[in-house]
Amino acid sequence: MLEFPKWKVWLVSLVVALGVLLSIPSLIAGTPLAGTWPKWLPQYKISLGLDLAGGSHLLLEADAQDAQKQRLQAMEDSVATELRRDPRIDIGDISTAGGRLSFLVRNPSQVDAAVERMRTLTRPIALTGNRDWDVQVVDSTRVVLTPTPSGSAAALKDAMSVARDVVRRRIDPGGTKEITVVTEGANRVLVEVPGVENPDELKKLIGQTARLEFKLVDQSANPAEVQAGRAPAGSQALPMADGSGFIAVKRRVMVSGDQLTDAKQSFDQDGRPDIDITFNTAGARRFGRVTQENVNKPFAIILDDKVLSAPNINEPILGGRAQISGNFTVQSAHDLAVSLASGKLPVKLNVIEERSIGPDLGKDSIHKGVIASVIGTFGVILFMLVTYGRFGVYATVALVVNAFLILGVMAMFNASLTLPGIAGFVLTIGAAVDANVLINERIREEIRRGRRLFDAVETGYHEAFRAIFDANVTHVISAAIMAYFGSGPVRGFAIVLLIGVVTSVFTAVYFTRMLVALWIRRSRPRELHI
Amino acid sequence: MKLLKLVPDHTNIDFMRWRNVALVLSLLVTIASITFTIYRGLNLGVDFVGGQLVRVTFAQPVNVEKLRTQVDGLQLGEASIQEFGSPRTVQIRLPKPPGGDAAANVAATRVKQLIATDYPGAKVDSVDTVSGKVSEELADGSALAIAFAMLGIAVYIWVRFEWQFGVGALLTLAHDIAMTLGFFAFTRLQVDLNVVAAFLTIIGYSLNDTVVIYDRIRENLRKYRKMAVLPLLNLSLNETLARTVVTSLTVLIALGVLMLIGPAVIFGLAIAIFLGVVIGTYSSIYISAPVLVWLGVQPDSFLKADDKEEAEAQPA
Repeated sequence: MLEFPKWKVWLVSLVVALGVLLSIPSLIAGTPLAGTWPKWLPQYKISLGLDLAGGSHLLLEADAQDAQKQRLQAMEDSVATELRRDPRIDIGDISTAGGRLSFLVRNPSQVDAAVERMRTLTRPIALTGNRDWDVQVVDSTRVVLTPTPSGSAAALKDAMSVARDVVRRRIDPGGTKEITVVTEGANRVLVEVPGVENPDELKKLIGQTARLEFKLVDQSANPAEVQAGRAPAGSQALPMADGSGFIAVKRRVMVSGDQLTDAKQSFDQDGRPDIDITFNTAGARRFGRVTQENVNKPFAIILDDKVLSAPNINEPILGGRAQISGNFTVQSAHDLAVSLASGKLPVKLNVIEERSIGPDLGKDSIHKGVIASVIGTFGVILFMLVTYGRFGVYATVALVVNAFLILGVMAMFNASLTLPGIAGFVLTIGAAVDANVLINERIREEIRRGRRLFDAVETGYHEAFRAIFDANVTHVISAAIMAYFGSGPVRGFAIVLLIGVVTSVFTAVYFTRMLVALWIRRSRPRELHI
Repeated sequence: MKLLKLVPDHTNIDFMRWRNVALVLSLLVTIASITFTIYRGLNLGVDFVGGQLVRVTFAQPVNVEKLRTQVDGLQLGEASIQEFGSPRTVQIRLPKPPGGDAAANVAATRVKQLIATDYPGAKVDSVDTVSGKVSEELADGSALAIAFAMLGIAVYIWVRFEWQFGVGALLTLAHDIAMTLGFFAFTRLQVDLNVVAAFLTIIGYSLNDTVVIYDRIRENLRKYRKMAVLPLLNLSLNETLARTVVTSLTVLIALGVLMLIGPAVIFGLAIAIFLGVVIGTYSSIYISAPVLVWLGVQPDSFLKADDKEEAEAQPA
């Protein structure tokens, strides 16, 4: 062990120096020193977890029923569009009841052609050999489309990734905030927003599906029937958003919110809040054509299956711009504008877990945690010094280096420090010296057995390593399982433990060994005080 | 400078002499802990049963009784109100609203309004709302994680040592976890996700001592092939005693500080690990080691066939 070659000394020193260098930006963050850190040095910083920084945590789950409903509606639109193309196939009695889409083909000779064209609307699911919809004919003229399980799963997966992007755009339209929006599992989105203490605002933004549709009002419907929630074939009765009963609209969508390029809160000529929307080219053309064909008829502006308003088309709207009026406040108009501009949510999201932490609690926690860490570290150092003397000094140096390394590695991986993470740090400080205790006790033992100094040190390091290794593997197992199963703060704790285990083996075994080897080589001691 | 030696050189304590007494003691406390946990139940936090938790810091020490009456007046179901860390801080727990997986936090909003109007200067520190669905998942996930961690470590010990050691490790862990659970059932301290993290840590750390002792037992089994098992266990325990004491103390120093002056939110975590280390130190001596005797480990149990012949060929 006395042969500690120069290159190894350099390597170990390099790792230590790197650890210190990486940890400094995190340590001086928020102090006046932060500005003095040179730009050409590493800038990695540890981020604070929500429980320390304050903020909101929301776990959202896709509403399974709504997912199915939206998928059926989308299919209904594509079916209608497809069959209206030349050669046109007339259909009737479209229904989405029972989780299936079905319609009657009016001319029995066209049933086969209709089925054929339905097949072109379905897609194969990669690797499974299945398609996303089953197409069947029932009672010789009714075509039934049933979503397949693998099709629904694939659609949900697509919907979730779109939902994630939409949620991100709604919360952070500028794309500048440090927010976390990730999908979790098959049907969830996790949202973490530091600094926002009251999650109600977030929920308002996320809560709206914001599916905007323009449909013609069905004026032929019997008003009494409509108020009872019934509408003639080809139309549907939708509730008014202000709760003033129902209105019958044609099922066919004139233009939908998918074709918007922008939405902004504004005011109408009477000073009431409304929303200015701008269509893309295709949307503008379509909106222009439909309004041209239907001058002096009312059309309904529908948001999430509720009719906001049903104004009259006084003249064709050709510029691709329109206003949505409704019973808005400035805030609700603004929220809706943000939601519309960010696109509709492909599926309704329900909040299933919500946590919010005020900023003061975090500051107080950091303050107390830092004090506890410092006092705990000094206690451990003192104990090491009175127990092992010179070797206690080595253990102390290793401990301090270890603290830097943990922070450095955390900064490098941009890990979050959470409140339990501080506990993990304190625990690691207490436990990191274990390797040194094992080595030092073993050296004491070997000296008692009458071994000579070099021999005792050599054997001590060698024999202790086996136990050090096995004991640390057990920590790695439990910490890894914690990191895998845990969420948020607990994962933060596990990550600190994991990093701490690895760095402590390095500092306690290799680093102290180098210090001891250099000392023995330099001063050639005759006896060991340990 | 005279160095501190908490365990004098040549200490020779006959640990194994008390192994049956310790066994009975451990069994009694373990059974008591399990009984307590089952009949009295754990004080599970909103993480595991769903509902809402609001933590508030008031400008002045607050009259909990008065606050309770006020919150009850909101008719939000059975609320529980406790001091938390200091007389100015309370936590208000509300049951989960009936029906639906959606975590409607209307109740918390009303409590926040109440506090804002009646207690100027009060700050809401945190609000947790957990739906029944999520809390079930968290509870299941936590139980799974603890089970996996125990099994994983036992299997590792089995692979690195022998099966008897693996069984010993598993029993030790079960003993430590049962006792810590019993402590939480007895004190009614709230069990939240942090405490589960503590349990997983205990699983890692309580075995720390066990592994070191097992390593020494294995070494001595190879070294002293003719020694009887009990004296060999005693020898191994005494040889590692100094290390056991010093390491446990360093961990306890660090954790003790955290427990006493650290943030209130992680008190449960700190006290659980503190306790786990104390119990783990005891169990590594009085559960891990004697288990080997009961499982019939003999001095020549782990010798390879040819080693055995060699051992037998040597004159006694």
